[in-house]
Amino acid sequence: MSSFLTNFMSFSRINGESKVAPFVVLLLAVTALASASNLLMPQDSVFYVSTYTITLLGKYLCYAMLALAVDVIWGYCGILSLGHGAFFALGGYAMGMYLMRQIGDRGVYGNPELPDFMVFLNWSELPWFWQGMDQFWVAMLMVLLVPGILAYVFGWLAFRSRVTGVYLSIMTQALTYALLLSFFRNEMGFGGNNGLTDFKDIIGFDLQSDNTRVSLFIITALLLCGLLVLSKKIMQTRFGKVIVAIRDGESRARFIGYRTENYKVWLFVYSAMIAGIAGALYVPQVGIINPGEFSPINSIEIVIWVAVGGRGTLIGAIIGAILVNYAKTKFTAIMPDGWLFALGAMFVLVTLYLPKGLMGLVAQLKDQQLQSKQRSANNSSNEKAEEGHA
Amino acid sequence: MRYLNAICACLLGLLISTSVLAETPSEAQKPLLLELTEVKLSKALPVLQQLEASEGADMMALFKTMLNGDLYYEKETKRLIAALKEQSVTRYSDLFTGAALNELSSNQVKKIKVNNTLRGYLGEAIARMQLNHPDSAVRTDAVRSLFSDLGPNTIELIRTARLNEQSRSVQEVMDVALALYRAAHSDDATERLQAVKDLEGSLEPEVRNQLTKLAENDPSRSVRKAAQIGLDKIDQQAEMYGFINQLFFGLSLGSVLLLAAIGLAITFGVMGVINMAHGEMIMLGAYTTYVVQLMLPNMIEYSLWIAVPLAFMVSGLAGILIERLVIRHLHGRPLETLLATFGISLILQQLVRTVFSPLNRQVATPEWMSGSIEINPLLSLTLNRLYIVAFALLVFMILLIVLKKTSLGLNVRAVSQNRDMAKAMGIRTDRVDAMTFGLGSGIAGIAGVALSQLTNVGPNLGQAYIIDSFMVVVFGGVGNLWGTLVAAFTLGVANKFIEPVTGAVLASILVLVFIILFIQKRPKGLFPQKGRAAE
Repeated sequence: MSSFLTNFMSFSRINGESKVAPFVVLLLAVTALASASNLLMPQDSVFYVSTYTITLLGKYLCYAMLALAVDVIWGYCGILSLGHGAFFALGGYAMGMYLMRQIGDRGVYGNPELPDFMVFLNWSELPWFWQGMDQFWVAMLMVLLVPGILAYVFGWLAFRSRVTGVYLSIMTQALTYALLLSFFRNEMGFGGNNGLTDFKDIIGFDLQSDNTRVSLFIITALLLCGLLVLSKKIMQTRFGKVIVAIRDGESRARFIGYRTENYKVWLFVYSAMIAGIAGALYVPQVGIINPGEFSPINSIEIVIWVAVGGRGTLIGAIIGAILVNYAKTKFTAIMPDGWLFALGAMFVLVTLYLPKGLMGLVAQLKDQQLQSKQRSANNSSNEKAEEGHA
Repeated sequence: MRYLNAICACLLGLLISTSVLAETPSEAQKPLLLELTEVKLSKALPVLQQLEASEGADMMALFKTMLNGDLYYEKETKRLIAALKEQSVTRYSDLFTGAALNELSSNQVKKIKVNNTLRGYLGEAIARMQLNHPDSAVRTDAVRSLFSDLGPNTIELIRTARLNEQSRSVQEVMDVALALYRAAHSDDATERLQAVKDLEGSLEPEVRNQLTKLAENDPSRSVRKAAQIGLDKIDQQAEMYGFINQLFFGLSLGSVLLLAAIGLAITFGVMGVINMAHGEMIMLGAYTTYVVQLMLPNMIEYSLWIAVPLAFMVSGLAGILIERLVIRHLHGRPLETLLATFGISLILQQLVRTVFSPLNRQVATPEWMSGSIEINPLLSLTLNRLYIVAFALLVFMILLIVLKKTSLGLNVRAVSQNRDMAKAMGIRTDRVDAMTFGLGSGIAGIAGVALSQLTNVGPNLGQAYIIDSFMVVVFGGVGNLWGTLVAAFTLGVANKFIEPVTGAVLASILVLVFIILFIQKRPKGLFPQKGRAAE
């Protein structure tokens, strides 16, 4: 246990100095182990991991990816987005549309062209924005483009007129709120209140089968690791350094000559795309996407995952997302009413007492350990010196 | 005497179809009522006539129920019963007391039949009773209800009643009815023309229908022309009153926004932090109203006067507590403050859910606030909205005076303009912070009292307003109360004017998009704070 802890601490240093590699190895090892236990172990074995657990883990990893997206802009650029759930949901809807088209004539109404809800609404043909969504590659392109373009437009408008701080946070919240309202409308053509569900298969694989579930889980884990490493690399480039400079003193960075708004916009787009990918992976695993994903409270919850783990560390965001969601699963099972109290308390306590999150705490402990070691080392050398003096 | 006992048991029964509760029948009419249950259909008319002659208006409920075909009697006791059909279920209640008779089954009762002759008589008798009712409002309504089917008999009734009518307003309505009849049925073109001219100025929907008919089908050209002119005038007025109505709705929405946003504007202006729990302060105020009414069920009329100061105190204290315990420690970290206050809002919501249940609670509206002022048939202003507009303006004025004339206000303005300088001048900024937060939250509590009169009170009440109120603050500019006022009313009115064109959801989306675009041009709002301190 203690060896694990020191191991854990070795890659957790504050502010982007954390080493990613050991974490990636750990994450992939757990993924491989869980997948193997699900597919290879007999059902009655102690080591068998149920498909339900696999899906749950996959869901956590999607959330972790979403947290990563928020950490990239909040932790490294100080932009607190309270609307990242919107990008997540848009990515999810793009994937959902593809899955919807895959149902084909297996729907309740058996219409090969139109999804059930459109038949129900007496629509005669597919709206233009549903065209081509039956192609996997088009849908995947949309997963990236739709959140990316929205983020670009919003970011360009907001950062160019130097909307910062709480103003920006509330504007992002208003953005997701507006999307929430519009996706609830049946006329939008996204299934209204019920959203998109009843998916059958994805690129030919049955969504209910264990193999597909495990594959989705593994893909999520691989993509998460890939994005983690990529984000890490980006933050080490010149671009990343400017981003951190903007966080620590935007006016100074601007006066030195950097077009700070451009840097911020592109980082925002990058972050939104990560969120979109997370949403696209989330939908086939959970089996539904509805407008509820746009609700402001979802977006603000992401922020607390990052805050709990420790912002500006990337790994912290992932750990925070997994921990908080694990707690949520356990908590809502035992005492459903208590969860919101716990979540609320988490918001207050973390901001008050753990401003750097768990990663910060670990780093702090380590520093103390180091200091005390040094002190004892100093003391002993002093003693020696005194002895020699005597 | 059975009737007397029953009247104590229950007054508000299921007599919804008969708006007037009948008096307990006197001993004199009992034989007549008994006869009604026994007499043959063809002999029922004289019985009814006798009833009308002897009892007059007291028989209103009986006649109305009978006209609807809902009059039954219990086979055993011969007492009269009203039936109320709700989808497939029929419920019975005592005709005279309204007491619900749930134990009765359909084979214990028998319907008193009506035919067309009786229906005709009953309709006239009811109209006669209403036209002679002592209350002039009932008389007006009676004439209005006759507009849709004016026949020679009813016209005769109105003509007779017109002779004895004293009230001017009732006279006018009666004149409209008479003119309507003449316009529809007179053979003489000049008389029809005169009738059309008499109808001028009336905004009743039936008048409009009649004029439309005349304008299209009347054989006389001059009548057609006059009717068209009358129609145009009515349409013009309808448009104008529709506009006023929308404006009124917009203003009432604006005043709700003003009440919700103004507290936020103060705290944001002074401390630069957003209180995400502001919506929950509104909710606390609304629940305070609910609790006050729960504690003092006999004083609903005065409950709001108690609730307003109490809600101010409850929410204000909660605000001060939040400031002292949490926000003070997060000074200079506005984003963290936002998160922490959001956590508080979650806790408060869940607390309310645990204490009061997650269901919505109904808060009673006092008598003096319910109802509406009917200016004419096209325009009526609901009283509760009218009061809320006035109330919001009053709160605004008081706040303005507090900020301009008191030492607290001076300190608040100083700190919001330049915190460091104010501190250097000896202002205890931390105390000002706490007081400001208390003040802002207290006003949110008052907003909650007002809101409880418009919607149901539930744990999510506050959440619905936090984004809107922040939009108002952003739009109006921080640290400027007038800006908040203008922004609140602009957004409220704009919302209500876009709504009929696009639907409610799209309207709020458009307003959101507008504000996002607006702060491109004016990042500091409509009325930005000037000077170096603003940055």
